[in-house]
Amino acid sequence: MKYASGLVAVGFALVLWQGIVTLTGLPKFILPGPLLVAETWWTNRLLIAEHTLITAMEVLIGLGIGTALGIASAIYLASSRIGRLVIQPVLVFTQALPVFALAPILTLWLGFGLGSKIAMAVLIIYFPVTSSFCDGLMRTPQGLLDLSQTMQAGRWRTLWLIRIPAALPSLGSGIRLAAVYAPIGAVIGEWVGASRGLGYLMLLANGRAKTDLMFAAMLTLGVFAVLLHLLVHLATRHLGASLEERG
Amino acid sequence: MSPAPGITLAGRASIDGAPLFAPLGLTLPAGRWTCLLGGSGVGKSTVLRLICGLPTGARFDGTITATDAAPIPDRVAYMAQDDLLLPWASVCDNIRLGARLRGQPADADRLAHILGRVGLSDHAHKKPGALSGGQRQRVALARTLMEDKPIILLDEPFSALDAQTRAAMQELAVELLRGRTVLVVTHDPGEAARLGHAILVLTAGGVTPCPPPAAAIPRPVDDLETLQCQAALLRQLRDAA
Repeated sequence: MKYASGLVAVGFALVLWQGIVTLTGLPKFILPGPLLVAETWWTNRLLIAEHTLITAMEVLIGLGIGTALGIASAIYLASSRIGRLVIQPVLVFTQALPVFALAPILTLWLGFGLGSKIAMAVLIIYFPVTSSFCDGLMRTPQGLLDLSQTMQAGRWRTLWLIRIPAALPSLGSGIRLAAVYAPIGAVIGEWVGASRGLGYLMLLANGRAKTDLMFAAMLTLGVFAVLLHLLVHLATRHLGASLEERG
Repeated sequence: MSPAPGITLAGRASIDGAPLFAPLGLTLPAGRWTCLLGGSGVGKSTVLRLICGLPTGARFDGTITATDAAPIPDRVAYMAQDDLLLPWASVCDNIRLGARLRGQPADADRLAHILGRVGLSDHAHKKPGALSGGQRQRVALARTLMEDKPIILLDEPFSALDAQTRAAMQELAVELLRGRTVLVVTHDPGEAARLGHAILVLTAGGVTPCPPPAAAIPRPVDDLETLQCQAALLRQLRDAA
């Protein structure tokens, strides 16, 4: 039902789009209609696929590294009062810096290849993962902590058996948020300096007034981001379930 | 299990300088059930948490000692109104939580025996979400038993249950916790009258012992003296309010 209504909305938007283009007669380098974009997408499908693969790799590797770093940081912060006092303000401060401003320097340091884009994706998703998981770890129900204290539990066992499982839903929402942000990071990195990837392709097409190709690349990126979000949604639901089985 | 000691608490508690309870002294006789009855906010849960060694948010000036002079917190098993079951763990894993948290192996025979005694043998591998409220509280009781501690501290353990389930749980708990030093914190005069070898009423004025009915615990729900005791306790609570 949710998907059906979503498809209807997308269909409506496409009809509206084509209607505007047909009625106003805008030149195709200003606003190409969806039919033209679809045609361009099909004729350039191999080119687009090649660049999509690059961007997808950057996003997935960035997502993996960023999530792993975020999980480790959250566990550290949740188990160390000093860490929370000293490092958390620094983390919040770094979030105040626009990531976009860092892109040129990352390209300078890590080159035009995958490295700088992965670093951008990692930077942009590290904070939401750390912050949601850490929040979850700090919100363990007091009753469970009381119980583990009366049971003379060790700190790390309490963390492993009670606090982490209880915080998994928060980790899940952090990763879902990260999946939305990761493509943004990768594409920003590609805009600043790259020779491959959907962001590069969009910039290239735009520079040559191939607006239809730019739209085709952009919509591909959109579809990829939505698919990634769905995939991560399913995966995090499964993650929770498998950890429940472990008991 | 080591022999159950008696426990004496003497002192006062305050929160940010405002007294929570006045100087009071209370004694839990060894191997007996003591019911600490009081309304909301008189500090009865604080008394229990102090004995457990749990954080209370209150400042306590006084002493808590066992008759054998040994430390108390590591000889305590604690059970609260909320069953505190881990929703992601099976009934079995919840019952042996204490051993898992200490990194010790759990005694499988003992676990099976306790499961049988609380009548949950058929539910060992279910998750708490698949159980009724009464069954969940039986799992919590089994977890408390599995700890095999001489001192049992129960904080309103049955108040979330319906009347008939509560009565059944009271009987089961008395049967299974025999010989241990038990403190039940409750706001229910009926529960105190049924379960207390000793009954203490905690009000803003301090602790007042109340003579328990003569019958052995768990006292029958229709025992006349128990019902009279319940009425007297309720009157005492209302007079203090």
